[in-house]
Amino acid sequence: MKEIIKKLVEAYGPSGHEGQVRALIEGLIRDKADEIRTDALGNLIAFKKGTGGGKRIMTASHMDEIGVIVTYVDKKGFVRCAPIGGVRTMTLVGSRVRFADGTVGVIGAEKWMRSADLPPWEELFVDVGATSADDVPVGVGDAAVFDRPFADLGKRLVSKAMDNRIGCAVNLQALLEMGESPNDVYFVFTTQEEVGLRGATVSAFGVEPDVAIALDVTTVGDTPEAYPMSVSLGDGPTIKVMDSSVIVPAAVKNWMMQTAQKAGIKYQPEVLERGGTDTAAIQRSRAGIPAGCISIPCRYVHSPSEMVDYDDVQGAVRLTVELLTNPVTL
Amino acid sequence: MLLKELSEARGVSGNEAAVREIILQAVQDTIDEHRVDALGNLICTKKARRTPGDKTPRKVMVSAHMDEIGFIITGINGDGTLRFDDVGGIDGRVLLSKQVLVGDKQVPGVIGYKPPHLMSPSEWNSAPDTSKLAIDIGATNKGGAEKLAQVGDYVTFRTFFEVLDEGNLRTVKGKAFDDRAGCATLVELLKADYAFDLYAVFTTQEEVGLRGAKVAAYAVAPDVAFALEGTICDDLPNDKDVSPVTEVGKGPAITFADRSMLADQRLVRLLVSTAKRLDIPYQFKRAVAGGTDSGAVHLAREGVPCVTVAIPTRYIHAPVSLLSLSDFDHTVQLVRESLLALEGGLES
Repeated sequence: MKEIIKKLVEAYGPSGHEGQVRALIEGLIRDKADEIRTDALGNLIAFKKGTGGGKRIMTASHMDEIGVIVTYVDKKGFVRCAPIGGVRTMTLVGSRVRFADGTVGVIGAEKWMRSADLPPWEELFVDVGATSADDVPVGVGDAAVFDRPFADLGKRLVSKAMDNRIGCAVNLQALLEMGESPNDVYFVFTTQEEVGLRGATVSAFGVEPDVAIALDVTTVGDTPEAYPMSVSLGDGPTIKVMDSSVIVPAAVKNWMMQTAQKAGIKYQPEVLERGGTDTAAIQRSRAGIPAGCISIPCRYVHSPSEMVDYDDVQGAVRLTVELLTNPVTL
Repeated sequence: MLLKELSEARGVSGNEAAVREIILQAVQDTIDEHRVDALGNLICTKKARRTPGDKTPRKVMVSAHMDEIGFIITGINGDGTLRFDDVGGIDGRVLLSKQVLVGDKQVPGVIGYKPPHLMSPSEWNSAPDTSKLAIDIGATNKGGAEKLAQVGDYVTFRTFFEVLDEGNLRTVKGKAFDDRAGCATLVELLKADYAFDLYAVFTTQEEVGLRGAKVAAYAVAPDVAFALEGTICDDLPNDKDVSPVTEVGKGPAITFADRSMLADQRLVRLLVSTAKRLDIPYQFKRAVAGGTDSGAVHLAREGVPCVTVAIPTRYIHAPVSLLSLSDFDHTVQLVRESLLALEGGLES
């Protein structure tokens, strides 16, 4: 599975520009799905038909990652950008970004070497190595992501886009591994989560499931002086109880926890105080849909080096497969 | 001129009827059907009059919002002045000493403030607390004011449309170009024939949260949508080489992203290629700021490919703004030609 993870996390896909990730995923699952379509907002929806008598289940993992988008190229060829999603300026200065065509840029700041404070957005720029405005290889509206290779540290894995390609990896691995099931399953790889759960909003309307499972990352409380949170890397995938966008219905939470217990899969209950997920958009679609979320604990979320634990990832795959293949009673 | 009539019409969010009437008169001869929905949106349909191709979308929605920013009366003070609240996003600094019209009776008033002679240094150097401002309609007591105005009355700026420059840019000034300029553009677009059913939707309550567009898009369920806007412009002289966002006179502004949506890349490319092919000036909106009806439309039902095209408008959300009729004409041309090019369908 590490090979798939490496491909997914190194792909380019800021919100609204998920085409490369979508093509990659589509190639990996084409033979396993009964139907695949892409909707108006770019969501990839793969359908696997059940043997009958089951529920209509939607899984959702967002393909997009945070990044920057060009707003202005100045006369000397420096590129000004706006954030896409929750980019933290502390992670930017000196970082590199990569555009869709492979162009690499360095993030610089005004008053370089003179200021110790975190610069505001207005004082940051991307230097793509141009010598003037005439040889800037990118233009206004082009988007870029952090430029970092995948690192396999053995048990722990590091990448610019664990949020949320690791959720996509779990989602597609569940499709590849799952056997026969009474349930009709719609594996949805969503767009534009980082800018407001937009892909999930419309794909949930389209799929109209009986029950839904979002797959995403969650923050942790196990690093030095971390904000208190009872989630640690390596203690298993989490089953979401609540985050700032959603309260998971007790019936869904219990279904997930009981399934994990029965299958002997280690899990952690998750209360995420800051952060939202596709779960919220799906839950409020149409007349309301019971939706829950399995998260992969992740350190340094929204930085160029997001870290997850490989055992947690595999646990999330097992739990997802169990949930999708057994009869669902809420 | 329709833009003059629309600019001077009064239509704060939730009270768009007067604007709707003017538009309905203007489009009557170019549309097949119209209806006004529960939230006051004017939905005009113009059936396909050209033969569609295999890939031509069936329903295309083009929207512009009828409402403008303004105020609403929240109370009448004992001294006969009127308390008010903002409707939509208004910078309190632009309010002082401005002339307004209150309610359907169009009672003239002034947003009063302390004489500069009496200001403390801190008052002089800061924006006023707008909750302490009042509208003075000349009444001397509560009873007198109640004869002229009541709680819930809408208030607009009192601004007249004028042509400023007869030269190339043909600049004009007036209020509410956001988004009466978009409404006037949409009226022009209805004069051409298309290969799909065109839903020209004049929306309500954009300035308070894209509310009209949300329900209109649900009802229309378009295959593709455009929003037409008057957008922000920051092109006054600046010592620093930073984005002017848009520039008056440089053509229609294509929005690739704002706070409410990321535009459909195919539609952005359609607009750019159309502009290049026909040598129409265009620019991008060079900031990720603000939001438009596209923010609501693209999330309707199963999702709608959307893009926003806007006329650069200086001093937006203020008593008076300025735009170029040359930009206006180029916006009409760019969107009309792009709609015609849409006959070939969206690139896959």
